Amino acid sequence: MNEINEERTSLPVTKSLDEVTIRFAGDSGDGMQLTGMQFTNTSAVMGNDLSTLPDYPAEIRAPQGTTSGVSGFQVHFGSTKINTPGDQCDVLVAMNAAALKVNVRSLVDGGAIIVNTDGFDDKNLRLSGYTANPLLNDSLSRFKVYQVDISKLTELALQDMNLTSKIVDRTKNFFALGMMYWMYNRTPDSTVEWIDAKFKNKPDIAEANKRVLKAGWNYAETTEIFNVRYEVKAASLAPGKYRNITGNSAVALGLVAAAEKAGLDLFLGSYPITPASEILHDLSSFKRYGVKTFQAEDEIAGIASAIGASFTGALGVTTTSGPGVALKTEAIGLAVMVELPLVIVNIQRGGPSTGLPTKTEQSDLLQALYGRNGEAPVPVIAAATPSDCFDAVFEAARIAIKYMTPVMFMSDGYLGNGSEPWKLPKPEDLPDISPTFRTDPNGFLAYARDEKTLARQWAIPGTPGLEHRIGGLEKQDKTGFVNYEPENHDTMVRLRAAKIAGIVNDIPHATVEGNDRGDVLVVGWGGTYGALRTAVESQRAKGHAVSHLHLRYINPLQSNVGEILTKFKHILVPEINLGQLIKVLRERFLVPAIGYNRVAGLPFMSSEIEQAIEDVLGGKLV
Amino acid sequence: MSKLVDQVVTKDQAATVKYTSKDFQTNQDVRWCPGCGDYSILAQVQRIMPDLNIPREKIVFVSGIGCSSRFPYYMDTYGFHSIHGRATAIASGVKLARPDLSVWIVTGDGDGLSIGGNHMIHLMRRNINVNIMLFNNQIYGLTKGQYSPTSEFGKVTKSTPFGSIDYPFNPAALALGSGCSFVARSMDRDPKHMQSVLKRAAEHVGTSFVEIYQNCNVFNDGAFFQLTEKETRDENVIYLEHDKPLVFGKDRDKGLKLDGFTPSVVDLKDGIHSINDLIVHNEHDSTLAFILANMTYNQALPRPIGIFQSIERSTYDHEMTAQIARETAKKGRGTLATLLNSGETWEIQ
Repeated sequence: MNEINEERTSLPVTKSLDEVTIRFAGDSGDGMQLTGMQFTNTSAVMGNDLSTLPDYPAEIRAPQGTTSGVSGFQVHFGSTKINTPGDQCDVLVAMNAAALKVNVRSLVDGGAIIVNTDGFDDKNLRLSGYTANPLLNDSLSRFKVYQVDISKLTELALQDMNLTSKIVDRTKNFFALGMMYWMYNRTPDSTVEWIDAKFKNKPDIAEANKRVLKAGWNYAETTEIFNVRYEVKAASLAPGKYRNITGNSAVALGLVAAAEKAGLDLFLGSYPITPASEILHDLSSFKRYGVKTFQAEDEIAGIASAIGASFTGALGVTTTSGPGVALKTEAIGLAVMVELPLVIVNIQRGGPSTGLPTKTEQSDLLQALYGRNGEAPVPVIAAATPSDCFDAVFEAARIAIKYMTPVMFMSDGYLGNGSEPWKLPKPEDLPDISPTFRTDPNGFLAYARDEKTLARQWAIPGTPGLEHRIGGLEKQDKTGFVNYEPENHDTMVRLRAAKIAGIVNDIPHATVEGNDRGDVLVVGWGGTYGALRTAVESQRAKGHAVSHLHLRYINPLQSNVGEILTKFKHILVPEINLGQLIKVLRERFLVPAIGYNRVAGLPFMSSEIEQAIEDVLGGKLV
Repeated sequence: MSKLVDQVVTKDQAATVKYTSKDFQTNQDVRWCPGCGDYSILAQVQRIMPDLNIPREKIVFVSGIGCSSRFPYYMDTYGFHSIHGRATAIASGVKLARPDLSVWIVTGDGDGLSIGGNHMIHLMRRNINVNIMLFNNQIYGLTKGQYSPTSEFGKVTKSTPFGSIDYPFNPAALALGSGCSFVARSMDRDPKHMQSVLKRAAEHVGTSFVEIYQNCNVFNDGAFFQLTEKETRDENVIYLEHDKPLVFGKDRDKGLKLDGFTPSVVDLKDGIHSINDLIVHNEHDSTLAFILANMTYNQALPRPIGIFQSIERSTYDHEMTAQIARETAKKGRGTLATLLNSGETWEIQ
């Protein structure tokens, strides 16, 4: 054990809190994502509700010590319902000067900063652009600053282990984690288990990490530097089995679940791209579910192979982000034409072009709806929270299979990387998906349609007597033969549109959170759900007549959306783009909706949405 | 394959009926220009299909865009006329999802080597067990006569009125360089040879690539006449036959010999050279395959026609299936219940 010079003479006071937001920040090589995830999992297992926000640079190893290389992870946890990762943090753990500089602005006044003083030497100060050491002047006087030489204490904890200084340095994040575990009364058990499993074949590394974790805990317990400990009780979540899940993991599980429910094999054709790659990784590990993953040579081959697989009777899926969707555009049109099931997963990121690969945005909605040549309607479904990605992508697969159509599933970097506790569904509670393959050769026509759904039948290779040809050229109604006749083309364009529009009869009505009439209806879609909901609840608590409508189905829109909109004096549509859903609502319902738009690569803060609502109520935002 | 698929598809890999070439013809009018080399290729493919003894419903033809890519419409099998350049990528998905199918890709020099070049090389690298027929007419026909990636340097076309300044691809060398396990070349005007090569391609386990010289009588007429017509053929073409010395000429009086890695023509009647000096073709020798493929645009040497290479290498589709089987054997087939209980879970009472 390391030497502790200061011995505690008084016991710390324990205070109870409803919710806390902690931000871990350091160099991109400091392991802050891991530290944050460990704190998150431990809190989840202890029964807190929570929401997380990883915030990392696009560069894997950006220049050390600079502000561009800072990686952060924010976790908001509590004994109450948690909808967002928190507008601001209460506690900032800063492993170096750059981390402090970048993140101090997200700390609440009076918040706590725990700094690794070793990260504030001359070199770090110079690289981060500080002209004076902020720990030595009064620039941080609004906060409570705890100065701990984490690097030195870590070194001391491991001095008898003969480890290289590089390895020692890599464990210091666990010292910070240990301190935070003590401060928030978390048991380190699940992290210890994780370390043992992760470093099964490297016992000395496992030992070092566990020692440092414990040293951090003991340091906080023994020294008098911290005189308050906090307790955040378990939230009252519905009974059941839970796990913590990121949006991307939920997509992977949702796709496998849909394929299993349908009795189909899942085929993923994909190309690595941030922030969607985790779905490819997760699905690649699900071999024993019969999942086939194909890391293709490019985005186009990713979707093309998925279409090929769907042709043969698999559930074809391709996963990507906006730039990848741009490349897949022509193939999506092909899937529309050949009328095969396909799920296209878009984990949106900042654009245009390469844009902001690791930042979140909602600017691909119009691309999803309209970004193809010709009249090529595609259902568009958006997830609202990380765990909702499971249900939403399951629904996307259900519609794709039932209606023989490509479906665009929209998530974003914030949902994909963010996490929350998820109550595991029971297999029998999942919606029914029951595809059938055509087998009867008598009277078989490749483009004959089901009267109700307008879907054509799935006739797969290997079935005797159903040999037929499909392709991207216009099809003759019913027969599916190539056909260039004017009237036939008009018929087919309308049939394809009617098929997608008709899905409206197969989806539930939209529901409003709050009263179904009032002064302001906040309408959103996708990953802004948590911020919008928190803002609306807060406004309602203040007595304002505000409600929230969050759209899962963007195409087709649910049948009662138009009617809901008529019940409110003002419609406010906040989006992390310059106004895309609002265009759809205005065009479809001719409503004078008001946009609130900020495109900063960051999720909305609930406070700014509250401000926007107040501005609408006060006539300042029109 | 999933239970649902298993319930409807033919299990037998061998056909139970005896087909004729007619069984592979569709009711669609064939719409290539009269005199097009594609007619011959279609006829040869329909002719060899019965010999493959594969149930018709288990055969899938996938094409991209271009004149050649109309092919699936004329084959009474399953077919997919897709988008420009992507037949190889779509066919990869078809074969990986359903290794039980016999998958044929029909493409051209523009579709397969220009817009679809990337998918082509990666398919061959992976050695997915499919058959590629690349109709090479050295021109863009469907778009009415622009130069293609196999057009010769200096070619005058609508888009190169002062002559092309592009060097052509050598498709056989590209295929070999991509690691393709079966690489061959044939010609539209040599039906017997084409049939034998296509049969070998079908039998080959792994990616087979067959370049077929095809005359476009509208936009590039006679591009291969030196190689295909009676008067010139024998002096300009050398047929590659496994285990046989490389002999050519009307009187079979010339041969190919190697000086180091450089092939040259020898006269078997000059009193100096004999058949023992000649290269003996070996389909399993990759080095030799490269040397022979590189003769393609060398005017001093005859053009090699036949199978450059046929080697055995485990296929991607086999490896994929085997890996799934291994992991499933280790942990048991996953179910919805195991899936929904994975990860670190906790109970809330």
